[in-house]
Amino acid sequence: MHFDLAIPAQLSAALAPDIFVMVGAMVLLLFSVWNRESETRRRAVAIGSLVVTLGAAAIIVWYMWSGATATQGPIAVDDFRWAADLIFLLATAIALIMGLDYDRREDYAPAETHVLLLFATSGMMLLAAARDLMLVFLGIELMSIAVYVLAGVDRRSSRAAEAALKYFLLGAFATGFLLYGIALIYGAAGSTKLVEIAAFITQDGGIGNAPMMQVGIALLLVGFAFKVAAAPFHMWTPDVYEGAPTPYTAYMAAAVKAGAFAAFVRVWLEAFPLLPQTDGSMALALWYLAVITMVVGNVVALAQRNIKRMLAYSSIAHAGYILVAVVAGTSLGASAFLFYLVAYTLATMGAFAVVMAISTRGEGRQQISDYAGLWRERPWLALSMAVFMLALLGFPLFGGIGFFAKWYVLEAALDQNKTYLAIWLVLTSVVSAGYYLYVVMVMFMRPRPADAPVLPTVPGATRFIIGATVVLILLFGVYPQPVIRFARSSTLVTPALAAPSAVGDAPVAAAPAR
Amino acid sequence: MRDLLASISYDGWILPALLLVPLLGALALYLVPGRSGTTADEELARASTMRVIALAVFVIEFLLSAGLWWSFEIGVADWQAVVDLPWIDDWGARFTVGVDGISLFMVLLTTLIMPLAVLGSWSSIRVKARSYYALLLVLTTGMIGVFVALDLLLFYVMWEVMLVPMYFIIGIWGGERRIYASLKFFIYTMAGSLLMLVAILYLWAQSGGTTFNYDQILALAQADANTFPFFGRIIPMTTALFFAFFLAFAIKVPMFPFHTWLPDAHVEAPTAGSVILAGIMLKMGTYGFLRFAMPFFPDAAMSPGIRTAILVLGVIGIVYGALVAMVQPDFKKLVAYSSVSHLGFVMLGIFALTLQSVQGALMVMINHGISTGALFFLIGIVYERRHTRMIADYGGIARVAPMFAALLTLVSLSSIGLPGTNGFIGEFLVLVGSFRTAPYLTVIAATGVIFAAAYLLWAIQRVLFHPLDKPENAALSDLNKRELTIMGVLTVMILWIGIYPAPVLDRMEASAARFVRTVQTGVAPGTTASLPPGGR
Repeated sequence: MHFDLAIPAQLSAALAPDIFVMVGAMVLLLFSVWNRESETRRRAVAIGSLVVTLGAAAIIVWYMWSGATATQGPIAVDDFRWAADLIFLLATAIALIMGLDYDRREDYAPAETHVLLLFATSGMMLLAAARDLMLVFLGIELMSIAVYVLAGVDRRSSRAAEAALKYFLLGAFATGFLLYGIALIYGAAGSTKLVEIAAFITQDGGIGNAPMMQVGIALLLVGFAFKVAAAPFHMWTPDVYEGAPTPYTAYMAAAVKAGAFAAFVRVWLEAFPLLPQTDGSMALALWYLAVITMVVGNVVALAQRNIKRMLAYSSIAHAGYILVAVVAGTSLGASAFLFYLVAYTLATMGAFAVVMAISTRGEGRQQISDYAGLWRERPWLALSMAVFMLALLGFPLFGGIGFFAKWYVLEAALDQNKTYLAIWLVLTSVVSAGYYLYVVMVMFMRPRPADAPVLPTVPGATRFIIGATVVLILLFGVYPQPVIRFARSSTLVTPALAAPSAVGDAPVAAAPAR
Repeated sequence: MRDLLASISYDGWILPALLLVPLLGALALYLVPGRSGTTADEELARASTMRVIALAVFVIEFLLSAGLWWSFEIGVADWQAVVDLPWIDDWGARFTVGVDGISLFMVLLTTLIMPLAVLGSWSSIRVKARSYYALLLVLTTGMIGVFVALDLLLFYVMWEVMLVPMYFIIGIWGGERRIYASLKFFIYTMAGSLLMLVAILYLWAQSGGTTFNYDQILALAQADANTFPFFGRIIPMTTALFFAFFLAFAIKVPMFPFHTWLPDAHVEAPTAGSVILAGIMLKMGTYGFLRFAMPFFPDAAMSPGIRTAILVLGVIGIVYGALVAMVQPDFKKLVAYSSVSHLGFVMLGIFALTLQSVQGALMVMINHGISTGALFFLIGIVYERRHTRMIADYGGIARVAPMFAALLTLVSLSSIGLPGTNGFIGEFLVLVGSFRTAPYLTVIAATGVIFAAAYLLWAIQRVLFHPLDKPENAALSDLNKRELTIMGVLTVMILWIGIYPAPVLDRMEASAARFVRTVQTGVAPGTTASLPPGGR
């Protein structure tokens, strides 16, 4: 299958999965508006959303399998996009299933939440496809606005309202940065298309003579860093993650981050492939962004006593690890990114599912101390949580695929001679053992307090999510071959970047070539 | 015996079987219908089922592994009983296992200690016994895996895998400060091993991402001529890599000054945990030096500065460990610090790099496993009766528990290194061998033997002989049959190795010689630098 993106009909065909999700979302929205609010309506919309998600996944798998290609245009038709889309849809499906249980427990959430998830997902899918900064902006907005609403969907909760407002205000501010960056890049390069920006940068003296471009890239970087929650642009994350309903926190931690990163990786690799050679300072900025994010995320997480805040900081740390793959800036880095996303999505979604299982109506019982002695009461739940924690820690075998994910990222960094970045990654990983193991310690080694309330039974859907993610994590931890193949075959190809980067590790001026 | 083993192609399946049997055993523990419930009686009833199954699995494991003793071909330095199965093709990782004269004894030591560890936990583990024995079994797979892995990724995975069961064993069934001790143990070990992970990744990247095979990585590592910027200085890449491996293994050994996790972990762990930590897990550090750190980077390891530094640290460990042991009021902590001292001998022997000293180091590794294991068992036995480990709380118990006294004396003498016991063979060989290459340090190290006599004899004097002035001690019962079985096995080992070590030395000689040759001459004989075709 080959699409000529200059022809509108074929462009639409290339966007079929995205359009399918959007249309599905609108139909479901109309359905939920025309029906009285009720339990059955909520379930119907949720199941409908799941069907739309699976349908989109089916289209994507078909495109992937048939090897669809396209001409150069505003959107990409490549395996990187399909692979990223599949990961988004996986996270969406999990969030939808968790949402079913959340609705029943809270007996409140309106049916539109499920539709909002679909809108956000379509934004992410656009992000993964965008080969034009305008489309990147469109995708980010489509995703963000839906997620702002999701954060505050529980109108009864003041924390949720605070979360939503904070997220919205800061998010809008960050969007300003992003837009301003795009404008300046357009001003310098005369185009918002990634290929043309790349051509501008590679041309003789391109970026050196274009301060406007440099400022534009820097602002773009800030915008992306905010969306992926990289330090020091992470301030909103803990409050928003804590306040938002758990299924949507999980969705934010896994999918929203993944979506922003997908665009980030593509822009970085396709528009600025030669940036490290022509302008080391931007590559250096990204290097420091990765290191600061890893350090801040991991160190601050140590102090958290609320499980959702802890997972929020953990997600910041993981943004740092993924940034390492972006710093590598190679197609190896892109496949490491995809591999990491698979592992991270499974582990994060699973961990939040356990949080769902433990917490009560009104989002109570979310302190880590509430998990004391969980092993005695619910051995399987505690074991699953231990697996998720070890997977996030990147521990082999017991942490399953988490280990190979970190391995892949390290490989991408070492491949580009970023040895010190790799060392930062492993050192901060050691720090992360402090808080991941704290949860394990509380669950297994602390006695259950005598006055501890009886744990609720875990609802079926949540149980299914926990079981499935544990099995996948462990299975791929023993035999990661399928995921490696998936990530490797779906990498971004950046022909411009044939030569390894001349700039090695940041703190050392003259890193030797390997 | 050899013919019999050959007729069932023993070499072709034994190592995977040794890895698989404990895992199947762990699974069996969960499949066996035990009584449910969480009252003390129900927990106890369950424990008595679980311990029998665990013991049976470990005895099977031991009997299976015993064949290695006969099937192992003496005088052959190369890998034996090799099994090579595909694992992750895309990264060139394979499931490759094999033994040589070094790892053979580590495997046998593991399979010998583990059934005894179950016997040692027999009556002391009363709650959550199912999980406890399952963790012991999984731990066994990890430990044997570390010793037999010939694929670096497999090695690393196994290295980390054994961390988690031990973390839980200390943290759930340990003493009062168990949570602190288990976390410290975990973080120390993990901090060390993650840099090793980066080093392994680098070596793998040097092969073009095609292989983790030990022999091929060995050739690559030795040929590596890259440099590495280290705080403004350019150092050879091999030195940086050696440092990464060094840190992982030095923490595990533990070498002074990386030893601070050890007293906490050993003291807080339940008896079986201490025995396994001291008897087997510490040896992984020294094994790592023998197998990876030194053969991979002989130039770095043998450069005068680094080598002297490590020898000095080893000798400091010997003397410091002994001196600190001497002032411990807690018997278990005393034995824990004596491990620091003994492992110092191993480091001295390895880095002195003569055939005798390396063989001696290997002997100390085996002997320490047996003698210190036995000491921890004996302490566990009296702790179970009296619930105190303080030396001052005992005194004169030789009168009420003569068997205990006799065995404690014998084991202490073997730990000191009395001729006729196993301890003598190892430390004597280390000192004789090291004297040729590091005479001054060896003289200082020899004082460690004297200190060992001082702290152990003083301790047993206070525990066994002083007047029997505490009424609680007067009622102390002597060893029962189960405890006599544990000690009987270990006593036989102590005396056998002490009197006739030749069969052991014969089996390790060729491999020890190859190790010395590899490190001295730089290039590993019989290995090729060629890589399998195909890129990343």
